[in-house]
Amino acid sequence: MSTLSLRDVEVTLNGSHILQGVSFDVPENKVTALLGRNGVGKSTTLKAIMGLYPSTGTITHLDKNISDLPTYKIVRRGVGYIPEDREIFATLSVKENLALAVRDSDPNYELAYSLFPELMQRSHQRAGTLSGGQQQMVAIARALLNKNSILIIDEPTKGLAPKLVTAVAAALHTVAGESTMLIVEQNLSLIKRISEHLIVMDQGRVIFEGSPDNLHDESFIKSMLGVSAGGK
Amino acid sequence: MESFLLILITGIGLGALYFLLASGLSLIFGLMGVLNFAHGAFLTVGAYIGLWVSTKIMTGGSTLTLIAAMLIGGIGAGIFAIIVEQLVITRLYERHIDQALVTVGVSLVTAAVLGGWFSKDPLMIPTPKWFFNATNVGGAAIQQDRFLYIAVALFLLLLFISILQFTRIGLVIRAGVENRSMVTALGINVRLAFSTVFFMGGFAAGIGGVLIGAYIGGVTPHMSASWLIYGFIVVVIGGPGSLGGSALAALLIGVTQQFANFYLTGLGDFVVVLLLVLVLLLKPEGLLGKAKS
Repeated sequence: MSTLSLRDVEVTLNGSHILQGVSFDVPENKVTALLGRNGVGKSTTLKAIMGLYPSTGTITHLDKNISDLPTYKIVRRGVGYIPEDREIFATLSVKENLALAVRDSDPNYELAYSLFPELMQRSHQRAGTLSGGQQQMVAIARALLNKNSILIIDEPTKGLAPKLVTAVAAALHTVAGESTMLIVEQNLSLIKRISEHLIVMDQGRVIFEGSPDNLHDESFIKSMLGVSAGGK
Repeated sequence: MESFLLILITGIGLGALYFLLASGLSLIFGLMGVLNFAHGAFLTVGAYIGLWVSTKIMTGGSTLTLIAAMLIGGIGAGIFAIIVEQLVITRLYERHIDQALVTVGVSLVTAAVLGGWFSKDPLMIPTPKWFFNATNVGGAAIQQDRFLYIAVALFLLLLFISILQFTRIGLVIRAGVENRSMVTALGINVRLAFSTVFFMGGFAAGIGGVLIGAYIGGVTPHMSASWLIYGFIVVVIGGPGSLGGSALAALLIGVTQQFANFYLTGLGDFVVVLLLVLVLLLKPEGLLGKAKS
């Protein structure tokens, strides 16, 4: 069963036809990785799902068409979103950033703080003064406070120092065991560890949908992603 | 020394009136990016509602009447602000030129309706006897209405800061000023925050309208025109979206204007524009505004 399905989704922004009929399924309780070269429309796909970009076609979440819903209603259906570049609120404290994200009556602060204990110590610190890695922790923790039927995650390790990549990857690995996820990520070793379903995009279209076992095949990686296995 | 004190307190009083107009303007522009030229209409509507309350509903020009005029004028202007937001502005988000044109239109229509309904001539808001009496402060005779302007502006500043700092809707507004789309991506209906800000802005402008009506000696349909310009100058100097910035800029402008008028023989407006140019050159995001990354 699919938690999320896209059928013929198209996005045109400022005259550029960025998504040209994207169709794929995100199976329930599995981590689906969305890969592709830079600029092929991966982040645009996630933003279209979230209603942040206008799109045509059909996006179905748990058997309901969410294509025309405003973003806040999509999120309230249980679609958690961790954006590229974190987008934390720099002038608010860590505590306020987390409080703002609370939708459930019993937010799961335990999970957030157990994954990122540092956030508890820094709860009164302005989020804008945190390091990039700590800001990413806030962005992830924000999404984990509520019960979500799917987590949409856009490049969670982008721009992070290797040590922080490990911390963020470990947190995602922990959460991945019990969640449905759609993740865009350039870090292939992380994708190999957590993904159970693979989608590859090129030029605004899906060109491969299948098993992540293919990521162990050097020729597949080279032809699909244009990099060597150790290159990303 | 007496002259200095007189000009200083008069300037602070004038700054307080600027703040009443600019606070809502700043939050509305900071949160929604809306260039709201109808904000002056909120002030005028508040002034006329206050006039109506103090001449038709209550009489006698007592302190209680003035308080009722301010409160009801503020609430009426707040409701009018929400109506304008819902009917007009919600359809024009991200369309700045359309916003400017339509909100100027709302302002003109409002002035025409009020002029036809009441009168185009100045109508006096009854004030209590103490209003224009003088109090001695360090040898300077200060008109007592100045203290009321300062007290009301301080009260509203504290009220708005409390709402912004200690309530959920305030948290949403502060976050929305910074990154509106991410607020919606957390499952929050940011429209509710927008309407709250419009009400807060309309409320402050409405109260300001009653007080400005008393200060300038009469309520007229076009009374907000020159004040709105100062409101925008306060917003730019203080930093859009910053309530503290608006308070600081309003104070700075009011005091500078009064001192310049006295010591540079009527050059107050010129010095305020000079101040605006300096801020735009040296700190274009405003005194307490956030630089766009």
